Amino acid sequence: MQAPVDYLLHLADNALVLGQRNAEWCGHGPILEEDIALSNNSLDLIGQARLLYQHAATLMGQGATEDTLAYFRDVPDFKNYTLCELPHLPLMSATACGDRDFATTIVRNFLYSSLMVLVWDRLQLSKDEQLAAIAAKSLKEVRYHLRHSRDWLVRLGDGTDESHQRAQAALDALMPYTSEFWVASAQEAAAQANGCGLDMAELRADWNTIVNAALQEATLQRPADSAFVPTGKQGVHSEHLGFMLAEMQSLARQHPGATW
Amino acid sequence: MTTTLTRAEQAWQLLEGLSDPEIPVITLRELGILREVREGAQGLEVVITPTYSGCPAMGQIEDDVRSTLAAAGLQAKVVTQLAPAWTTDWMTEAAREKLRAYGIAPPHACASEKTGSASVVQFAARSAKTEAVHCPQCGSINTTETSHFGSTACKALYRCLDCMEPFDYFKPY
Repeated sequence: MQAPVDYLLHLADNALVLGQRNAEWCGHGPILEEDIALSNNSLDLIGQARLLYQHAATLMGQGATEDTLAYFRDVPDFKNYTLCELPHLPLMSATACGDRDFATTIVRNFLYSSLMVLVWDRLQLSKDEQLAAIAAKSLKEVRYHLRHSRDWLVRLGDGTDESHQRAQAALDALMPYTSEFWVASAQEAAAQANGCGLDMAELRADWNTIVNAALQEATLQRPADSAFVPTGKQGVHSEHLGFMLAEMQSLARQHPGATW
Repeated sequence: MTTTLTRAEQAWQLLEGLSDPEIPVITLRELGILREVREGAQGLEVVITPTYSGCPAMGQIEDDVRSTLAAAGLQAKVVTQLAPAWTTDWMTEAAREKLRAYGIAPPHACASEKTGSASVVQFAARSAKTEAVHCPQCGSINTTETSHFGSTACKALYRCLDCMEPFDYFKPY
């Protein structure tokens, strides 16, 4: 049994886009250890994306490769959560990326990895054997990402007045984007129907337990749920993804087929 | 009496001594990366399994496998196999001792990590406790974690509070 290609791309795009975002800290970390930590986190995410793209490319045939999928698709083709593509800034800051807010990075990594420990755990039982194998590896990695981001969330939230305020602002800005996790897209429904995916709504209670316990420890207030539902996984993105892809894809598009 | 080795046995002998590009004191076999050498439909196949998904050494390892065999006149296809997922539990006791002698604290067992949403939630609820890791230099248990992420994807940074030396800890995976 094989997972629908679009579902694999959804999982891969999440990992690639967040991996690219976190890599923006490479050389700019607030301290050397965090520079290394976020680069390591990116390396894992990009590694997961590569495995998923390779699997999708094999199923697609017709000359598709991990590189054509990562570098030669455009914004509407990407199926990642909008959450993953947002810049490391409190929102409403246009597309500028000159400044980075570490609290935003940490809160996003925490919200995402709290979800992915549950997703990868379930996908180990996927009827798509290759996807199940990728899930088993990714679960080991995302556990470390969750540990890292949760630890920092508590340090920031229960830290100084400024770190608390920044962590709370990041949480207020990013939490509404998590509503996208629970509304099934066509590719998720198709994957669930053929036994290769899962019912995301079933993960919601566990995700809430993980998130609420950490927020309480971090002395942060969870914002009320809003009616806003982002549509990134359906290919309708924020204005930020295009700028990110332009940077990420420019080299491959200027020199198609180039090798080291 | 001389025995004639099959091509696969010959290749295995050649590859057995191949060391990890990042940690040259241990071999790919000891790390559990080199899984199998077999005769496939299109000739010799060497099965390797990646450590971390994004480990940048994997490309180098493939090249090393190919060039080692090519030097002995053997052509082989390198097959990457993901399941069962690589784990540090496969590391032999001899390899752990070599790591320690090289200055890297060897990984603890990770067999206790169960799957299923209840245990995932339980794992997440634990605040990050640093593990008790022995200093590879002086053996002291009085050590502290500097960072979850170290010089490579597979290692964390630690510091010994007795001999004051920083060191790498190979993380359980």
